[in-house]
Amino acid sequence: MPDKIRIAVTVNGTAHDVLVEPRTLLLDFLRDQLALTGAHAGCEQGACGACTVLVDGEPTRACLMFAAQLDGAEVTTVESLAGPDGTLHPVQRAFTENHGLQCGFCTPGMLLAACALLEHNPHPEPSDVREALSGNLCRCTGYQNIVRSVVAAGAEV
Amino acid sequence: MKPAPFAYLAPRSVDEALAHLAEHGSEARPLAGGQSLVRLMNTRLATPSVLIDINRIGELAAISRENGAVRIGAVARQRACETSPDVRDGVPVFAEAVRQVAHPSVRRRGTAVGSVAFADPSAELPAALLAADGEVVARSSRGERTIAADDFFTGPFTSALAPDELAVALRIPVTAAERTGSAFVEESRRHGELPMCGVAAVVTLDGDGAVAQARIALCGVHRRPIRARDAEAALQSEHPDDELLQAAGALAASAADPVGDCHGSAAFRRHLAAVLTRRALATAISRAEERNA
Repeated sequence: MPDKIRIAVTVNGTAHDVLVEPRTLLLDFLRDQLALTGAHAGCEQGACGACTVLVDGEPTRACLMFAAQLDGAEVTTVESLAGPDGTLHPVQRAFTENHGLQCGFCTPGMLLAACALLEHNPHPEPSDVREALSGNLCRCTGYQNIVRSVVAAGAEV
Repeated sequence: MKPAPFAYLAPRSVDEALAHLAEHGSEARPLAGGQSLVRLMNTRLATPSVLIDINRIGELAAISRENGAVRIGAVARQRACETSPDVRDGVPVFAEAVRQVAHPSVRRRGTAVGSVAFADPSAELPAALLAADGEVVARSSRGERTIAADDFFTGPFTSALAPDELAVALRIPVTAAERTGSAFVEESRRHGELPMCGVAAVVTLDGDGAVAQARIALCGVHRRPIRARDAEAALQSEHPDDELLQAAGALAASAADPVGDCHGSAAFRRHLAAVLTRRALATAISRAEERNA
């Protein structure tokens, strides 16, 4: 078995200095080694976007990146959005108020893709939201309420 | 854990990467954005025993203008190509194709050079490179050579790159400023998916409005991206009208040799080749006329 790789990575503000097997995907690293199960394993081949996290602020499919590549990187997952007391992030609140989720499986990826959009474009048009979230599949909502949620979150920020 | 085991190497320089490639050759794969390769590794369609991650080689991230060409480094992200004035103004057909590659979050990691080197016959960027008369700069420990796009794509997912060669950059001549227009159009089942057919066209008109030069390339309709040479020849020195563009579309469709699948039958893809060629030419020509004004 090939040598493990040492990485220093910051996840949701916490520094980790860990050894990873080269073939460990970022997604499995988060879920199995750090017990952060918010990034969901959907298709595991880059199609569905359910595993979207932010790597150095950019929305990234955690199933298409190896943990070994993360040395020096900063990763943000859905677990960091709500406050320590459980107060929802404005984007999360907008999703609950606008019925932006049903089963919730795609929601962590949607939230992070939305946060990345709002970071660059605080007041997006519905068409901007559709483009930014086009790589995230939802099988329940029909997307209308997701787009509405993100626009509403933008109005609030 | 889905991929087969491999050794991970993260060189800091091109020379270091080339030394790794020379040592491991066909056992190794370079890793750029990973948006295609890692997908194959997750399903074990690709099982390299060594992965050479080139993302830490800073010089490969550059996009620049040099001697009348735009140079795109091996780890320049598709998103960077999309927003780069050098690409947008210098090679509009490539910029228009990049905007249609997958989704924004994929383009933020995926690289233009990686997509070309991956040589998916359905992918947009190989066809755009062909239409723009670009070339691939390949380097190995034996030296550097450039491979014209016309010679680069040898079959489905295969290219003229040798196992010890790294595609370090694309070099694409700047599209002429006057009387030249281009377009990239595609049709896919769902926004952001690989197209069933895509067409890139670059057309230069002469002072009288006749076609001085046309380059047309298609993806999704053959075992590799192709030029529609008969269609190009039919346009040469002619004044474009609806009938001529219709004829050019038919010639492009006869150059196609599509394989049908669940996304589109062979006959449908051939139909798309004709229609989309006509549309791409019409748009390219009207843009060329605008730049003539």
